[in-house]
Amino acid sequence: MTPTELLAPPVPACAHCGLPVPEGTGADETGPRFCCTGCAAVWDILHGHGLDRYYDLPERRLAPVQASGRSYDEFDHPSFHALYVRPAAGGLLETELYLEGVHCASCVWLVERAPLVIPGVARAELEVGRALARVAWDPAATSLAAIARFLDGLGYRAHPFRGARMEALRKAEDRAMLVRIGVAGALAANVMTVAIALYAGWLDGMEPAYFNYFRWISLLLTTPALLWPGRVFFQGALGALRARTLHMDVPIAVALAAGYTRGAINTVTGTGPIYFDGVAALIFLLLVGRFLQQRAQRAATNATELLHGLSPATARVVDGSAIREVPTEALIPGMLVEIRAGDTVPADGVVVEGRSELDLALLTGESRPKVASPGDRVFAGTVNLAAALRVEVEQSGEASRLGRLLRQVEAGAGRRAPVVQAADRLAGRFVAVVLLLALVTFAYWWPRDPGRAVDHAIALLIVTCPCALALATPLAITVAIGRAARTGVLIKGGDALEVLARPGTLYLDKTGTLTEGRTRLVAWEGADEIRPLILALERHSTHPVAAGFLAAWPDLPVVDAADVRQTLGGGLEGWAEGRHVVVGSPAYVAERTTEPVARRAAADLALTPVLIAVDERIVARAGFGDPIRAEAGDVVRRLRERGWRLRLLSGDDPDVVRAVASRLGFEDGSWIGAATPEAKLAEIERAAGEGPVVMVGDGVNDAAAMARASVGVAVRGGAEASLAVADVYLTRPGIDALDDLVAGAERTLRVIRRNIGFSLAYNVAGAALAMTGVINPLIAAVMMPASSLTVVLASWRSRTFGGRP
Amino acid sequence: MSVLMIVVPLALVLVAAAIAAYVWSVRRGQFDDLTTPAIRAIQDDEGTTKPED
Repeated sequence: MTPTELLAPPVPACAHCGLPVPEGTGADETGPRFCCTGCAAVWDILHGHGLDRYYDLPERRLAPVQASGRSYDEFDHPSFHALYVRPAAGGLLETELYLEGVHCASCVWLVERAPLVIPGVARAELEVGRALARVAWDPAATSLAAIARFLDGLGYRAHPFRGARMEALRKAEDRAMLVRIGVAGALAANVMTVAIALYAGWLDGMEPAYFNYFRWISLLLTTPALLWPGRVFFQGALGALRARTLHMDVPIAVALAAGYTRGAINTVTGTGPIYFDGVAALIFLLLVGRFLQQRAQRAATNATELLHGLSPATARVVDGSAIREVPTEALIPGMLVEIRAGDTVPADGVVVEGRSELDLALLTGESRPKVASPGDRVFAGTVNLAAALRVEVEQSGEASRLGRLLRQVEAGAGRRAPVVQAADRLAGRFVAVVLLLALVTFAYWWPRDPGRAVDHAIALLIVTCPCALALATPLAITVAIGRAARTGVLIKGGDALEVLARPGTLYLDKTGTLTEGRTRLVAWEGADEIRPLILALERHSTHPVAAGFLAAWPDLPVVDAADVRQTLGGGLEGWAEGRHVVVGSPAYVAERTTEPVARRAAADLALTPVLIAVDERIVARAGFGDPIRAEAGDVVRRLRERGWRLRLLSGDDPDVVRAVASRLGFEDGSWIGAATPEAKLAEIERAAGEGPVVMVGDGVNDAAAMARASVGVAVRGGAEASLAVADVYLTRPGIDALDDLVAGAERTLRVIRRNIGFSLAYNVAGAALAMTGVINPLIAAVMMPASSLTVVLASWRSRTFGGRP
Repeated sequence: MSVLMIVVPLALVLVAAAIAAYVWSVRRGQFDDLTTPAIRAIQDDEGTTKPED
């Protein structure tokens, strides 16, 4: 006989903030109850003005802050300190902690008060953008575990920050770039100021002494600009030549070298035009463009970073009659570990003792708990929900399924082919054409006027600067990403936009992406007066089916239930209004009623049947399932109209997947069910050979596949860990945003092409003028920024995301 | 106008000083996090040390 447990009556929750209502507060009241007069007042205002929709806002549905009860003892373990803690001045220790749940200025204030609250904490600094808390403490006065418990109590779950090395590299890179841009900017601004004087002099006449003076000053300012910030272009060009490819750096380096050399010669000889203002401005603007590009394309935190948060740092090993906490890395096959309710399973193993339910979302994406009893296999990373288990370890660490999955995620992300940008593809042909034209110009003018031949050829090389070409893509992408962010679509890299702009193959996960991901009451056959009785029992349970019942009928009068017993994997029974009520699976109910249960299958295979019996007679049936999102049909249709090949890839039962697939128009062969994370990865791998692949999922069990796909899109509701792997994160609930994303990507590509078109038009005009000898310094100086300016303005005004044009 | 012979080199010296100061501040990490200091600036100044009793 399976064990049952007696459930405690539920604690009422405040209707406004969700926190428990204290004992004795308005115990006789009907209607909504509140934890305090503050909440009651706010609720009154909202309700009185008809603003109850406030409670539907997704941000409002956050759970109230509660301490997780975790001990964080592993933070004081020597092996933890060896990895994450370093000594600081004054005998202090220092570390960085990644905090979950940081989102605003008040968080900064709260976290940075730590030194006031905990004696021994020397300083606490929170970098709100990345939710990193830098903490320094005196090990003699306090411990890192105590600090972590304090933060946890405030609602910020603390994790060790594992990216210290990547962090240092990224920081060094950023600083170097900022230095270059600042120096280039300062020098360019000064050169241009002097150039104003020279242009004025060119129009009005200037004494030769000052004329030369200013030219020498310009040379003096431009030389360091070329040698210091400008050096990257020459290094890049040399690298490209050695690798026998031609990318953007080559024409840029040629233009810079030509401009500088010609200007230097002319300065020394005192005659002819100089191009220093153009050269210096070019260096500055191109560096800015490159910086924007780098920031937009920065790969997210190492995927394994946050995914490591899935496996616990320590495990409770059973040693005779005692239990010791041991780092997970130290687990060896054969050890017996105890996993309490609420803990994450630390390693793969077999259940030896105990019976409980596990959340297998990591492996199947399903939130329906699965029963585990002695003899069953459990996997690292899954969460033990109901009762303590004792498990014998079979595989741990890298050998566990989770470990292998993480390695596949990393490998997938590394193998992803970089998208060659449209502009870079042009660069090669551009260089060839420009050099050819320069030769032609030189050859044409040489017999007529040798001096001018050199000048015109150089002018050609300078004016056909690919400045606008190099800026076209980063600018369009940066603006698009900014606008997308404002509509709730967070894009991590510009190359994602270029892939999404052209129709390819799109894989969709089922649970949480096409469906709502929650167990909901979908079918109901029964009398209305039974419902309060069911709810009376279900209020005592935290099972997803209970939540489904409560969500389906929120406004029914509250009835008390007594003697409620829950059986794992079965159902509930109890007494309400003097009647004996049983709610559960057909097998469970069959055991408890005298009436034979008709074995009718649920009308829709996708539903989980629940029977309700009152006073030994079956009176109602309910069907629970994961409903398809309302907008899914539309989105699927629109994507197909754009030319995308859609496939459904799910870890759920094939029958369930078939039902969803047929409802959304997926033919046989275009959907796969019962796909493990490894199987999903294999499928993406196979499809990647045929062209760009986009994977849309809600994360954890899609991680490896998303990393391997050309673009991974994470849907709202996925675990924080999945965001590390995704290229795009849709923060709005539902998949409407998916169609917006694709539409926006298409528009962005058009803007990029238009920008490139502009810059090419300028280059053609400039080349024509240079070749025919019409160019003089003024015209050249105007043309160079003009093309860039056009591209900048066109990008700023482009409407890629958000709102109708 | 010959004052330009003095003023322009002086200006260049100032530019050099400005660049040096900028490079120094970037290398010391003052530009690493531009959002949090903005938040801290508008908080009340009560310091993070316990008041002496």
